[in-house]
Amino acid sequence: MRRSPAETATSARKITRRALFLGGSQLAFMGLLGLRMRYLQVDQADKFRLLAEDNRIGDFLLAPARGLIYDRNGTLIAENEQTFRIVIRPEDAEELDTVLEKLEALIGLSPEEQERVRKQLKDAGPSAPVTIADRLSWEAFSLISANGPALPGVTPEVGLSRYYPWHNDFAHVVGYVGPVSSYDISKMETVDPLYKIPKFQLGKFGVEAQLEDTLKGGAGLRRVEQNAYGRIIRELDRQEGQPGANIQLTVDHKLQNFVQARLGGESASAVILDVETGDILAAGSTPAFDPNLFVRGISSADYRALLENDHRPLPAKSVQGAYPPGSTFKMVTALAALEADAVDPDETVRCLGHIEYGGRRFHCWKRAGHGNLNVVGSLRHSCDVFYYEMAQRAGIEKIAEMGRRLGLGQDYDLPLSGVSSGLMPDKQWKLENRGADWLVGDSLNASIGQGFVLATPMQLAVMTARIATNREIIPRLLKSVDGVEQPIRGGEPLGINENMLRSVRQGMFEVSNSNRGTAFASRIADEALRMSGKTGTSQVRSTVVDNSEVPWEQRDHALFVAFAPSDAPRYAVSVVVEHGGGGSSVAAPIARDLMLFALHGSVPPLSSYPSSQRNTIRERLESLPIIGQDPEKVGRSQA
Amino acid sequence: MSYLESNLKTIPTGLSKVLYLNWALIVLLSAVASVGFLMLYSNAGGSFQPWAEPQMKRFALGMVAMLMIAMVPIWFWRNIAGLAYIGSFMLLIFVEFFGHVGMGAQRWIDLGFMRLQPSELMKISLVMLLAAYYDWLPLEKVSRPLWVIIPVALILLPTVLVLKQPDLGTSLLLVTGGAIVMLAAGVSWWYFGAVISLFVGMVSAVFLSRGTPWQLLQDYQYRRIDTFLDPSADPLGAGYHITQAKIALGSGGWTGRGFMQGTQSRLNFLPEKHTDFIFTTLAEEFGFIGGISLLALYAGVIIFCLVSAMNNKDRFGSLVTIGIAATFFLFFAVNMSMVMGLMPVVGVPLPLVSYGGSAMLVLLAAFGIVQSAHVHRPRGKR
Repeated sequence: MRRSPAETATSARKITRRALFLGGSQLAFMGLLGLRMRYLQVDQADKFRLLAEDNRIGDFLLAPARGLIYDRNGTLIAENEQTFRIVIRPEDAEELDTVLEKLEALIGLSPEEQERVRKQLKDAGPSAPVTIADRLSWEAFSLISANGPALPGVTPEVGLSRYYPWHNDFAHVVGYVGPVSSYDISKMETVDPLYKIPKFQLGKFGVEAQLEDTLKGGAGLRRVEQNAYGRIIRELDRQEGQPGANIQLTVDHKLQNFVQARLGGESASAVILDVETGDILAAGSTPAFDPNLFVRGISSADYRALLENDHRPLPAKSVQGAYPPGSTFKMVTALAALEADAVDPDETVRCLGHIEYGGRRFHCWKRAGHGNLNVVGSLRHSCDVFYYEMAQRAGIEKIAEMGRRLGLGQDYDLPLSGVSSGLMPDKQWKLENRGADWLVGDSLNASIGQGFVLATPMQLAVMTARIATNREIIPRLLKSVDGVEQPIRGGEPLGINENMLRSVRQGMFEVSNSNRGTAFASRIADEALRMSGKTGTSQVRSTVVDNSEVPWEQRDHALFVAFAPSDAPRYAVSVVVEHGGGGSSVAAPIARDLMLFALHGSVPPLSSYPSSQRNTIRERLESLPIIGQDPEKVGRSQA
Repeated sequence: MSYLESNLKTIPTGLSKVLYLNWALIVLLSAVASVGFLMLYSNAGGSFQPWAEPQMKRFALGMVAMLMIAMVPIWFWRNIAGLAYIGSFMLLIFVEFFGHVGMGAQRWIDLGFMRLQPSELMKISLVMLLAAYYDWLPLEKVSRPLWVIIPVALILLPTVLVLKQPDLGTSLLLVTGGAIVMLAAGVSWWYFGAVISLFVGMVSAVFLSRGTPWQLLQDYQYRRIDTFLDPSADPLGAGYHITQAKIALGSGGWTGRGFMQGTQSRLNFLPEKHTDFIFTTLAEEFGFIGGISLLALYAGVIIFCLVSAMNNKDRFGSLVTIGIAATFFLFFAVNMSMVMGLMPVVGVPLPLVSYGGSAMLVLLAAFGIVQSAHVHRPRGKR
């Protein structure tokens, strides 16, 4: 723009004034920088010279070996495998291109991996090694070691990494470890320096997570002197790490393997307890996943596949799944009524197929009615009306008290993740949580294990063990730590009248062994091993429809609980098949197979099964993907 | 014939222009760059490879570019200021888009012999456009709100793009550089006062609200600010650079450990020893004396630029010189503050010293414009 001379002069004057101001400020700031420089370099020089000397001495943490996990017979179920990896330090990476080229020829290092190494080297901190390749095979590792001189800067390293030899089988019990994340660190109150070791693995789920402090061990320390290029000249001091304690679990790996195989593709869960000690011999949950996927950090595609599966492979359904127990709860109602003197063992109640209460009709599963039934008969037929009557006579408080005595609504301090305590509701619970008074209708629903009542497969197995023994059985998962046997807890008498228990056990015996029992088809033929059980079919929706006509997620849950042998109980089993259909047709056959495997300690002989079923049973057992058994021999001994 | 045109007649033409260059400035710039060559040579353990030699070649190239730009009359540069701004802006948008769909977070364009960062070009184009704007704007309108909003928008547009990259250092340089041109052009103090008070007010509101029920940010956001402001709280993480830089600096003392005798900076304790943290090498090997000398060289560059600007009656030439000097000042002020722990680490190189072609070439080109303004300034009796 063309300006008049006067304007140009004004502009120049103003610019000059402002330029002087700017120049002054800039020089003042430079003065400040000079002062700061003087402070750091002159006033504090001594302090920084000392720190500079310190920089020559480096401390490196040594990762300890994580504690091993064994099953009850001493078989390893979580171990540490040696891993071979090669690293390169930034200051040695001068011939990076040729080195990477050679590695591509030697071990097939992909171009993407090469790009990653280049990028990490650029971003890496001082003398922090960058991993070129991890989890190398021994062959690849020795190939690289042999070619050492041609690969300047490449250092082979040996480390330890968790390995789960039984893959899916213990996914929900032992759980898994994974690389320490910043989220993990943020959750800790005090951070063990161990977790700062690169690639250190931390228990994330199951026993690995709950017993992290026992398993992890203590860090070792290696103090070294470095030369002017950060290269290590010599080791000044070395304290080895303290390995983590080995632990032994109560589970039996063969039984656990069989449970997982038998539950197969169902969304299901099963627990097997030793009724004397409470030892958890197996706690299955299907579908499962391979915990080895998590050890190095799972890929997001794999993780998404697990999350999006409608059969929910991730949670341990045996302790995290809380289901309406359905008719398996009827023993609780029966015992509560008997103990409250609300009914005599021989007294009969007439079932007409339904009862009327408060203007509502409560149906028995058999619309035509069962006629006159006593306690034993009501269990055998799983009559609902009998229990509606018991609920009105005994009341919810007595039922809830009996439920809690038998182990429902409680957790047992198990070293597992996300253990649910189920729900044993009573009047106070409903008032506090639903803000409403307890209705008799609620009691009727609860009496047959519907409504508010929720139980996990673990709790159902505990309940069954307690009915079988009349003792306060508490489940135990941790057998020993570092060779020290862990105490068996509980075991005190429950103090339920033996005569009353006898009728309930007789009812359960008839469920499996009377030809009119609901689980007669799934009986054990071997007289010495006969089992006592109870079927359950818990409703997921409110209206009664044929299960084959509704989508999977709306079908009923199938349940079965049992103990055996009936006259000298050794094991208690619970099986829940989510949306499986009927307890007698789906859950009971599974429970029988599991029980027989536990009793025999191996795949059961066909002689234990009723003769008419043996051909189908043999085909089923032979088709199972199980370990340690010659498939030729399955069931051959007596067939 | 206007006043300006009458004065143009005394402006040198042809090769004689070389005699009218600001030779002192050229000497100073070469001295600063030589400090860089020395340090890069030392950092490489006494070798011209891999840093010193490429850096010298680029400096030579940059000097040639500077001289060529200086020969072109200043009004040409004024006339293409708008084009330069639009071009830089398009390139910024291009890398923003290309960086997302293409190869990772790429913020540069490969020219074969160097990687050009559009944000570097923008620093200079913005100064040029603002100077041209105020050259065009009648003086009495300079402080009117509408005419203040336009340059503010011109500054904020590229800043937002750069901030998204995210490149905090460059955004800071763009805003401050632009604001300095506005200040020099005579925009009323009140605007600057208002913006500074608003900023101070917002920052104090954010901090004062902490822990109270009306807290303005989430807790985790405060923690991030904490680490940013005080990296020493995390000496092996975010604070690593700064702790190591201070140790290297401090162990230099008065006279330093001697050329090529530095241990800290060459020990690889400092990962950016040849780029953003190169000042630590100088400070460790040549001590306080060395550091102050470099600071004095920088001060010389600023002073010569400002003197040239004050003697220049051409409003564009004067403003563009002040703006480029300010950008140069911000480069080394931010870098040194950062290395000396006065400011959080934001990633700004030490101008003409840090290894890297893009920044050096753009800066030398910018000094070409300063030279052009100097050579082609109006002369004559007034």
